[in-house]
Amino acid sequence: MMMPAWARSGTPGLAGPMTTVSGPHIDLTIGHAMIGIGGRTGHGVTVNGTMPGPIIRLKEGQDVRLRVKNTLLEDSSIHWHGLILPFNMDGVPGISFPGIKGGETFDYEFKVQPQAGTYWYHSHSNMQEAMGMFGGLIVDPVEPDPIGYDREHLIILSDWSFTHPHKIWRNLKVMGDYYKNQKQTAAGLLKGKDQPLKDRVMWGQMLMDPADISDVTAATYTYLINGQTSGDNWTALFKVGERVRLRIVNGSVMTNFNIRIPGLALTVVAADGLPVQPVETDEFQIAVAETYDVIVQPHEHQAYGIIAEAVDRSGLCRATLAPQLGMVAAVPPRRERPLLTMKDMGMGAMDHAAMGHDMSDEEMAAMDHGSMKMRDPSVAPQVKLGPGVASLSPIAQDRIGDRPTGLEKEDHRVLTYAELKSLLPNADTREPSRTIDVHLTANMERYMWSFDGEKFSDKTEPLAFRHNERVRVNLINHTMMPHPIHLHGHFFEVVNGNPGHHPRKNVVNVLPGGKVSFDLTADALGDWAFHCHMLLHMHSGMFRVVTVRHEEGRA
Amino acid sequence: MRRLLLAWACLMAGAPAMAQQGHEGHATPPEAENLHAGHDAGAIGGKEDAPPAPPLPSDHAADAIYGANQMAEARRALYRENGQFRGSMILFDLLEYQARKGGDGYRWLGEAWFGGDLNKLLIKTEGEGRFGAPIEDAEVQALYARAVAPYWNAHVGVRHDLAPNLARTYAVAGIDGVAPYWIHISGQLFLSTKGEVRARVEASHDWRLTQRVLVTPRAELNFSAQDMPAIGAGSGLEDVEMGLRLRYEISKKFAPYVGVEWARKAGDTARFTRAAGEDADVTNFVAGIRFWF
Repeated sequence: MMMPAWARSGTPGLAGPMTTVSGPHIDLTIGHAMIGIGGRTGHGVTVNGTMPGPIIRLKEGQDVRLRVKNTLLEDSSIHWHGLILPFNMDGVPGISFPGIKGGETFDYEFKVQPQAGTYWYHSHSNMQEAMGMFGGLIVDPVEPDPIGYDREHLIILSDWSFTHPHKIWRNLKVMGDYYKNQKQTAAGLLKGKDQPLKDRVMWGQMLMDPADISDVTAATYTYLINGQTSGDNWTALFKVGERVRLRIVNGSVMTNFNIRIPGLALTVVAADGLPVQPVETDEFQIAVAETYDVIVQPHEHQAYGIIAEAVDRSGLCRATLAPQLGMVAAVPPRRERPLLTMKDMGMGAMDHAAMGHDMSDEEMAAMDHGSMKMRDPSVAPQVKLGPGVASLSPIAQDRIGDRPTGLEKEDHRVLTYAELKSLLPNADTREPSRTIDVHLTANMERYMWSFDGEKFSDKTEPLAFRHNERVRVNLINHTMMPHPIHLHGHFFEVVNGNPGHHPRKNVVNVLPGGKVSFDLTADALGDWAFHCHMLLHMHSGMFRVVTVRHEEGRA
Repeated sequence: MRRLLLAWACLMAGAPAMAQQGHEGHATPPEAENLHAGHDAGAIGGKEDAPPAPPLPSDHAADAIYGANQMAEARRALYRENGQFRGSMILFDLLEYQARKGGDGYRWLGEAWFGGDLNKLLIKTEGEGRFGAPIEDAEVQALYARAVAPYWNAHVGVRHDLAPNLARTYAVAGIDGVAPYWIHISGQLFLSTKGEVRARVEASHDWRLTQRVLVTPRAELNFSAQDMPAIGAGSGLEDVEMGLRLRYEISKKFAPYVGVEWARKAGDTARFTRAAGEDADVTNFVAGIRFWF
């Protein structure tokens, strides 16, 4: 397949003559394309004929017109993920604008705000993103970049399936565990693997599956780095001793990834576009739609593997960072599929680690009948308790300082959200004037996903904000899945124990059974989308409209 | 670079200023910070005078720019695309050859549904027979099924028996769902047009030996409130079936199996069966395919 030059192997980096698109006027064409993955060819929907699409490179302060032509027979759209812009340029059909009809062209026009960093763009129509319609977007600073580097590479992660996303969704509606091939088995029990019998009985009694890490797995997905498989071995070049900036975007449909480069320390310098105080780590988890910029400094003349491992460990993708083409980094052995714990069920610290394996019968009984009921309406009174809500976390904990799923016991450094500190001090340090809770709810058996127990299609009311009011939003996860929650048009400050320097993000991953708080200054007038960025969760109804209005009521 | 230095300077200079922000001190651990994020609006910093949520806007912001009609159409599509599900499925849970003494036979047990997350049209069918003889039992049910709890559906509708007695039609009310320990249960009550009452309970469990091999114990009990000699059913427990099937999932949608099933008629039903010159006790060795699409 055609690859954009920047995504070809052996790229020297983003400097020099690249097929990035930039300038005051940018033409983009949405269309069908055949996509080759691991020797097979599939039908894709792309921007400018490639997956990923071209890198869009904008400069702070510039005016840009992005002229998007839709050559499909269906509606399409492009959402500029993370860019601060007028709501009517945000690209969500039905909220920001009517969408782009087949054969039509739409001009997105806006001024690029001072938000230098790594972003991306994707379709917000009909799950076209899952068919290849995504690409990277970089905003360059006017002043010298606070992040010093000698060379940069863009790395977009994705999960490709030859099965149409609507078919994947339908399979899950029929059978919630359709793509799960790493279940606990009797054979495993005999070998002493996974949970002991007692725990299996207890989890079975509650209809909970601790092996339920991801709903869509390598059973259908091929994991890609810049559109290429491990076998393709996308290779990024460096010179020994250089500071190499990796702009990492998770453009996946459903896959959170663990990222590591064995042999190199990763210095995280930006999250969701905006710079953070440099923090060194060995591995981090990147949720769907997040972006992280990391600096690596290879001192050896050798190949290093860039390893993007699906959180459920059903598969991974390897790319190579090498001083010259033709070098291949090793693919590390696959690590064991993690298991969820009581904490992921929203049972606070009643975790194996904390309690050992000896949960007494009384405690189990208490969980079932007493204070630890798994669906006690009093823990979330605003949730509409229908068949779409299988459980409510009895004590959802703030998990901001927790290592993400599966990395709890790694014996190297693992980034947590609590380690992220905004480089610039937070501009708005007002205390929130009010608090709202948003409950993340689901029934995995029926593959129903919602906020507060209501699918968006149930004609839910918007979440309303006053212009410039400061509100604390608590995201409370009552499901055993992580949810990367994305708010359009704003950055919010993730409340992570670093007041004054809370990291400013537009996506925050809420761990299973946990909760995350963010403080929002509702400074962007208009209507905005607010949703889980796991596309099939969004498509199932985990979606809301956020409105920001002057007190009088009209924008 | 200048901005970087500026940022660092602010960071250093900002420390005392931030310490003055009441509870938001530098050393505040996240848990302590979040103590203030209670469930009630206004819990922040112990404030009781938090403003209520603003009124819901009466307009859609994009209407003013792109026109209300165009946006209304796009909004309908947005609702459809974010939560609305319409689908269908056809499943044959059992479709098998039954080897037994006195003449091999066959059996099927299947269902199809059409609809959304909560409301479905459910068609069920089951039947069995012996090769070279007329079908012994065959029934079709047409039901409206509604999700009533996370793991349970209730349904009502009609059942029509094509065999053994063409004339019999029943009203049906039932439930099906998943009980603790992943036991699939279905219970149905039947009221015939002749005023007869019958009932059926089924339970099964998929016990996963490996990622592809499953053992499924299955039990079915049929009851009747009265003697129905015309169709060979006696009052009380009519029959019990216990099966054990070993299945290999070539895919989640297609799985051949082998197994054994023991069926025993009870009480008056057994008497009617023996009177008709048949065994009230049958052991079947079965081989079949479970599949859905």
